[in-house]
Amino acid sequence: MHLYNLTLQPPSAVTQAIVGNFSGVRQQEIIVSHGTRLELLRPDVQTGKLSTVIATDVFGSIRSLAAFRLTGGTKDYAIVGSDSGRIVILDYDPRTSSFVKLHQETFGKSGSRRIVPGQYLATDPKGRSVMISAMEKAKLVYILNRDAAANLTISSPLEAHKNAAIIHHIVGLDVGFENPLFAALEVDYTESDQDPTGEAFNNAEKMLTYYELDLGLNHVVRKWSEPTDPRANLLVQVPGGQLASSERFDGPSGVLVCCEDHIIYRHMGVPQHRIPIPRRRHPLEDPERGIIIVAAVMHKMKGAFFFLLQSEDGDLYKVTIEHEDDEVKALKIKYFDTVPVASSLCILKSGFLFVASEFGNHYLYQFQKLGDDDNEPEFSSTSYPSFGMAEPSMPLPHAHFHPRALDNLALADEMESLDPILDSKVMNILPNSDTPQIFAACGRGARSSLRMLRHGLDVEESVSSELPGIPNAVWTTKRKEDDPFDSYIILSFVNGTLVLSIGETIEEVQDTGFLSSAPTLAVQQIGADALLQVHPQGIRHVLADRRVNEWRVPQGKTIVSAATNKRQVVVALSSAELVYFELDLDGQLNEYQDRKAMGSTVLALSVGEVPEGRQRTPYLAVGCEDQTVRIISLDPESTLETISLQALTAPPSAICIADMLDASINKTQPTMFVNIGLQNGVLLRTVLDPINGQLTDTRTRFLGTRPIRLVRVQIHGNPAILALSSRSWLNYTHQNLMHFTPLIFENLDYAWSFSAELSPEGLIGIAGSVLRIFQIPKLGTKLKQDTIPLSYTPRKFISHPTNRYFYLIEGDHRVLGEDAAAKRLDEMRQRGKMVDDNMLDLPPEVFGRPKAPAGTWASAIRIIDPVEAKTLSMITLDSNECAFSLAIVPFSARGNELHLVVGTAADTFLAPRSCSSGFLRTYKFTEDGTGLELLHKTETDDVPLALMAFQGRLVAGVGKALRIYDIGKKKLLRKVENKARATFSTAIVTLNTQGSRIIVGDMQESISFVAYKAPENRLLVFADDNQPRWITATTMVDYTTIAAGDRFGNIFVNRLDPKVSEQVDDDPTGAGILHEKGLLMGAPHKTKMLAHFHIGDLVTSINKVSLVAGGREVLLYTGLHGTIGILVPFVSKEDVDFISTLEQHMRTEQGSLVGRDQLSWRGYYTPVKSVVDGDLCETYARLPGTKQSAIAGELDRTVGEVLKKLEQLRVTASGF
Amino acid sequence: MSSELRYTANTQLEHLHARYTGTGHADLTKYDWLTHQHRDTLSSIVGHPTLTSYLAIADGESIGRVKFEMTERMLQPCGPPPRKDED
Repeated sequence: MHLYNLTLQPPSAVTQAIVGNFSGVRQQEIIVSHGTRLELLRPDVQTGKLSTVIATDVFGSIRSLAAFRLTGGTKDYAIVGSDSGRIVILDYDPRTSSFVKLHQETFGKSGSRRIVPGQYLATDPKGRSVMISAMEKAKLVYILNRDAAANLTISSPLEAHKNAAIIHHIVGLDVGFENPLFAALEVDYTESDQDPTGEAFNNAEKMLTYYELDLGLNHVVRKWSEPTDPRANLLVQVPGGQLASSERFDGPSGVLVCCEDHIIYRHMGVPQHRIPIPRRRHPLEDPERGIIIVAAVMHKMKGAFFFLLQSEDGDLYKVTIEHEDDEVKALKIKYFDTVPVASSLCILKSGFLFVASEFGNHYLYQFQKLGDDDNEPEFSSTSYPSFGMAEPSMPLPHAHFHPRALDNLALADEMESLDPILDSKVMNILPNSDTPQIFAACGRGARSSLRMLRHGLDVEESVSSELPGIPNAVWTTKRKEDDPFDSYIILSFVNGTLVLSIGETIEEVQDTGFLSSAPTLAVQQIGADALLQVHPQGIRHVLADRRVNEWRVPQGKTIVSAATNKRQVVVALSSAELVYFELDLDGQLNEYQDRKAMGSTVLALSVGEVPEGRQRTPYLAVGCEDQTVRIISLDPESTLETISLQALTAPPSAICIADMLDASINKTQPTMFVNIGLQNGVLLRTVLDPINGQLTDTRTRFLGTRPIRLVRVQIHGNPAILALSSRSWLNYTHQNLMHFTPLIFENLDYAWSFSAELSPEGLIGIAGSVLRIFQIPKLGTKLKQDTIPLSYTPRKFISHPTNRYFYLIEGDHRVLGEDAAAKRLDEMRQRGKMVDDNMLDLPPEVFGRPKAPAGTWASAIRIIDPVEAKTLSMITLDSNECAFSLAIVPFSARGNELHLVVGTAADTFLAPRSCSSGFLRTYKFTEDGTGLELLHKTETDDVPLALMAFQGRLVAGVGKALRIYDIGKKKLLRKVENKARATFSTAIVTLNTQGSRIIVGDMQESISFVAYKAPENRLLVFADDNQPRWITATTMVDYTTIAAGDRFGNIFVNRLDPKVSEQVDDDPTGAGILHEKGLLMGAPHKTKMLAHFHIGDLVTSINKVSLVAGGREVLLYTGLHGTIGILVPFVSKEDVDFISTLEQHMRTEQGSLVGRDQLSWRGYYTPVKSVVDGDLCETYARLPGTKQSAIAGELDRTVGEVLKKLEQLRVTASGF
Repeated sequence: MSSELRYTANTQLEHLHARYTGTGHADLTKYDWLTHQHRDTLSSIVGHPTLTSYLAIADGESIGRVKFEMTERMLQPCGPPPRKDED
């Protein structure tokens, strides 16, 4: 078995974001790390929208990012700390729109190790040096400078190691142009490792240490080290230094030490200032629980600076420092606003705040004000004795604030993110859809959602109006060449033409010079200020002064097809003749003296646009009934001579020549494509060689069941092609590469560009008798998301086999359930305590829920109608129960009536796992599945993490035990438990079945094959894996094969020897297996690993599905960070050889951006086996032309053939 | 092996141990080994973004808190060391 791994949707979680002028122009940009991917975002200052400039896979895990700028420079560079054991400096090159690796310095082994630097990065604000640090001990300092040619240089590393020190955070201090200074938050474990009494551990001090890089001596010294709060977790740089010109201090320098509940200002040899972190006064909050800062950002403005710190509840605080020169007078904090909890905050100079959420969608906010003059209480260090440091070991009294809706910020844009995906299903439940949808349970806490993902571009409709009849075509046209917008809409009906003018309103006009008594074949704005209408009887050339020159067809003939551009007109007559006209310099349309007989009825014609600065386009494409397309010359030297011919498999229905940019073919200039739509719904795309007119590089694609119509349109300023069949598709250029994506919109019969003041880049289409005007707002997002909000983190969901509803379980740890919360509040009210109802009314999706102690759970079962995208009903679980698993079981003891069984547990603790009692709740479906009725609850001794229907009964993984239950009157009845060999080692997390075989996934001990022997009523483990695996998701590929994902980002396929499989099935009682000797302290047989691949994201679900109608089945997996990918089985040995050789070449050509070796990344834990990295192969399209042809030469193919193969693999497997 | 060689080999080994924290040796106690294992695991969890996300979701905490608590736990992941027998 060989598999091809392809990412359909890259991870959308942002682990870190940095801001800087990476293009070297004035505009600021944001680089975000998606863990394994770097993306450059450009915010549009006018519209406040974010757009992606580039996104690149780095084939490594990014752990830290920092922006820096050399002194006096105008361009920022990005420094990347990763798991490659190397420090990498990246430069964004706007010319080629790519990241360029400027420096790559190796310092250690690869992998996320304890003492190999890469976890933390700190830069000197003046851009002179950078410190990269590990979790423990190792810190390296590199000096950055520029050489004579102004190139960036990097020194060899200077060590600032400290043995036995755990590093919490590092930051670069702002000291102006004095020697660079770095601060680190460290804890030494030498003493607590030696002291058996535990006293040393209790007294362990967290040290704030300054490391000075002496630029003169070229080494690093520990300059200062002082203990600080033992619960400190984060350092923030405070501006400092003074300008040589003005003597004025930018700030006091030093750091803010963010601790649990406090923030301390700290610097060498100056008094400390301490303030409390204000907290919400929520009636249900635990006052003992500390609050920490999870994200921080400092912003410098002219002559002032402030900090925004974010707590783990999502509250932003504005912190300011009052200072006189370099002496701090007061440290102040006040509540600012509440936004989702961020992994990084970025402030842009243009007044935007980018919040890279740790889970869920990311947001761009615009600052409305800076919270300067509001009534928000402010807490200052001056109001406490000795600036809050009178008793450093004692906490300051709590400070409180009232959270409220956004006041200082306003939402500007939202970036959709699937992170985290916790479960998914792939099924086609929408009516009139021929491709399946992906349903993903996403998000965390109150911001969770169930999202339906459909492949296609989102369409925004602005106008939809009913027409008197059913038109068969629509056009828009300007009146003059240089008009900014269209003036007329022309609709062609079977027996007439309707002209509408576009103004304040759209209304019918008569005096346009167009013939209204006949249908129209083509409309064109021609020359400088004339219009042209082609109708079956002739051509009307309407001049600017409304004079009409008409050319009439000879008697007995009609025009059947026409193609036009700004200077040329070609019509085909019913007698299979072509007539060619060209506009002369006086604006007269002249017929070419000869007519060309084609010999077969012409079905379709197309000419390209006139290239800039030219008189004409030299090629005409003609599609004839004899299933051919001919390219005919329009060059004056060889007018109407046939140049080349292409045979087709069906008669053509439309042809469209368009010049579009596709960097995989030509990096700099648009390529001339001939798109041929056939009557059977197949689209051919060929490249027209501009020199000799030959057609090469044909690619085919099935679009739908109806004959195709093709329209050349403008999308976002670039030419694109709209292909209309039973679905509408758009062929467009995005980030220099060509894409082909369906529109999620009603089927269109015809469409055209539409440009008016209100919708400058719209499209107009007709669907039946309805005229629609619409836009395509976002190119590049190939999955449209429809969202159903949920209350708590989704755990799992299941679909009903007969009706279309979903049953979803959700639950949150450390959240008080509704009934428990109500009880607690009642108690408080009875005790006469004030309960602040305002706090209780805060919407949890914005403000979250108050954190409760561990072992507290809130959970619910939800019934969802995915087609209508709404919740039908919700059953909340009481008494601190949380649902962990569910199954729909047809109990044969109840005549195969379907029941929903939900596995829950009360008072669950996670590590070590324990619960007061587990339960199997059995529900009956009521009202066609829109409701549930609880039949009974069955107690279990452990948490039931996996449930599944099995032969008319229920099989449950209850902790370590595998059991089969049958339904009884008062509870479920335990029928059998696997006892023969030891139980599963940790906990059963996944179950799969075929026949009487059950495949069990253990939390830590991989997959076991279990046979159920009905005559003896035995569950027997007969095969398992030979390596431990922390299974998270599994699916059966066939009776002997299983695909599984583990917690460390691996996906693999295991197979059982078919002989063993048969032997086990042939043994009626299972006595043979029972007495067989175990192998390697496990089951008697072992599975064999067939394929293995590291995807870099934690696999949360695997589905075996076919994504295209009639296509092959693939394995679709989802990853926690929002990855959706597929594993496609190769069909032939030739493909395997070809693609693996290509992969090999790509490995050498395309080094990882973070310096990780691609092969070792994909084999992070176990070497890659039989899987080809499609993401790497697809970067072939972005290679420079010379490298492309060199690789293609090695493979004995042309570049076009390689690209075609890659596209074909993607399209046939996924349709994407 | 001459005594001189043994001497140099030892210093080299000591040097290596000082340099590569967490490397085992023949006289490693169970407690030391376990503490090293836990510290390695904890730093690996903090160093892998997907694992911190996973734990944060399971535990209902923010990623920042999970990272902080994991780093805090590195100080003494397996409790105080056992008392040394006086011999």
